[in-house]
Amino acid sequence: MTRKPRPARVFVPRDMAAKSVGADEVAERIVAAARTAGLELDLVRTGSRGMLWLEPLVEVETPAGRVGYGSVAPEDVDGLVAAGMLTGSARAEPAYLGLTEQLPWMRKQQRLTFARVGVVDPRSVGDFTEHDGFQGLRRALTMTPAEVVEEVVTSGLRGRGGAGFPTGIKWRTVLGAESDLKFVCCNADEGDSGTFADRMLIEGDPFVLIEGMTIAAYAVGATEGYVYLRSEYPDAVEALNAAIATAREHGWLGRDILGSGLTFDLHVRVGAGAYICGEETSMLESLEGKRGMVRAKPPIPALEGLFGRPTVVNNVLSLATIPTILAHGAAAYAAYGVGRSLGTSVFQLGGNVARGGVVETAFGITLGELVNDLGGGSASGRPVRAVQVGGPLGAYLPVDQFELPMDYEAFAAAGAMVGHGGIVVFDDTVDMAAMARFAFEFCAEESCGKCTPCRVGAVRGVETIDRIVAGDNRRKNLVLLDDLCDLMTDGSLCAMGGLTPLPVRSAVRHFGEDFHA
Amino acid sequence: MTIPATDSAPVPGAGRPHRVRAIATELRELRGALMPILHAVQAEFGWISQTDVPVIADVLNLSVAEVHGVVTFYRDFRREPGGRTTVRICQAEACRAVGGVALADHAERTTGLGFGETTYDGRLTVDEVFCLGNCALGPAVQVGGRIHGRVTPARLDAILGDAR
Repeated sequence: MTRKPRPARVFVPRDMAAKSVGADEVAERIVAAARTAGLELDLVRTGSRGMLWLEPLVEVETPAGRVGYGSVAPEDVDGLVAAGMLTGSARAEPAYLGLTEQLPWMRKQQRLTFARVGVVDPRSVGDFTEHDGFQGLRRALTMTPAEVVEEVVTSGLRGRGGAGFPTGIKWRTVLGAESDLKFVCCNADEGDSGTFADRMLIEGDPFVLIEGMTIAAYAVGATEGYVYLRSEYPDAVEALNAAIATAREHGWLGRDILGSGLTFDLHVRVGAGAYICGEETSMLESLEGKRGMVRAKPPIPALEGLFGRPTVVNNVLSLATIPTILAHGAAAYAAYGVGRSLGTSVFQLGGNVARGGVVETAFGITLGELVNDLGGGSASGRPVRAVQVGGPLGAYLPVDQFELPMDYEAFAAAGAMVGHGGIVVFDDTVDMAAMARFAFEFCAEESCGKCTPCRVGAVRGVETIDRIVAGDNRRKNLVLLDDLCDLMTDGSLCAMGGLTPLPVRSAVRHFGEDFHA
Repeated sequence: MTIPATDSAPVPGAGRPHRVRAIATELRELRGALMPILHAVQAEFGWISQTDVPVIADVLNLSVAEVHGVVTFYRDFRREPGGRTTVRICQAEACRAVGGVALADHAERTTGLGFGETTYDGRLTVDEVFCLGNCALGPAVQVGGRIHGRVTPARLDAILGDAR
């Protein structure tokens, strides 16, 4: 009796970034090539491993683990299949990478939040549960809500959206607020350039976000949740809606979740192209169906949030990290990191970088290790001149600051911010006066208009930089620029106007030579 | 060869108010229903007409000014029809670091379209976008619902050619 050979198990990402460089076409060619060769194929569409420079990255299951083939073009597929790619025996360089998890990029990481991303089929219930899904929620449900909150406090988790406020403290406030209706809102309006980890997580492991939000709901006593997801991420919208529908079918959302008596349901709301809606109060206004105008604080959203009710507002990565904290305990999570920046963070390398993608690692890794060791320097091969950390409102840093550890306090002390962990690399062709001008232009374009320092200051900032660069009263205008930055920092209602001075001032401070005529 | 965004408003079809009312009525029970309604109207018609606004306002018991305020606040909501295909070129920092601005200049040279403008034949709209979340594989360009990475001027020409 001959045993039928097992079908070849092949993994091709369905992540938007992978698809943007041809992953769908590669998957189609693999299906066709397997059919031609008479091979049985089990094609799994995963999220991305995060090694985006290697996309489309095809992986093949072997007894030793998954073997990777990188930067596979559709026209490469037939040759690779003929050489034995579907059994992992093709060894042709440069596509052949060996065991994916042994690659230096993967070995340098500690993947807690991103543990399943790139590994599982994001639509598969079986994959999720077999890879430890719901362990966090199951443990949480054996505890009291107050114990869950204290576990999150003890873990040291701070808001991954950028502000870095302790997540557990926020939850404690909502738990303590009296109301017959409370909400959990997930801020997935990931508008910062250079950040894409929220998108990759939602596309690659949407069930973990549902699990995290359900734990949050249990902990604070909320019954309804909303994910505010930006319209620029159509694939993520589709993935999350599909995951929510599946979760409802399986009793993971709705009434009596996992037989615990907990009631919680979740809804997706799609943004409409306004950057400011990433600011939490503006997001709440938008969720209420209004213009995304920033609210003055207090009252804080934890007490008067969505529709005036006590509301947890957390970033995607914060909520997606909750399940691992509950599953393995606060101490295990807090064992990672440095100082008051505990746990891991998902850093994103983008812009002019040779090896761009996501790196989840403990806080404390230096900027230089990320940009040079993992990122491999610039994509152009020219010297790296500047990096912007933390999105459009983050500081520009020169190479001589590469010793800075990724740590909220160390960055703040250097006049910068970690933000959402996005790092955008620029080579020596960058004009930093143009980038400073763009920071103001962007603020002028995206300001909600509620407060004057932001609405008017941004426009005056563009004009002032133009005068400086034109050599018009340069010294005086630099003083004026500094004064304007002070005013915006101190007088703006939210971080939009309040932090726009960060990229501007850092550009002037570190790259002053670019501001000469 | 371009239609400025402020050209006289086109006339919506005769059955449209009825359909807009049906969409708004179907979604009105959602919390914060206005955004989902506007998205649904735009998904069906491609744009939101000034004549849709009082219909939606009436269903939601809001003032026309409130609905108008929301429509005009958000970049995504079009107030005139766009081209059959919209090509959006990312102009945020990460794409600027790899030639995103030069790519937009190239698009303007080859199509004559600035951001937000549509060809006279109504086939193509070119616009800017601030971050598509493809920051490691820039410059990024969105065509309809599809995102392209590492877009060179030659590839953009092919994309624009297909769109026309």
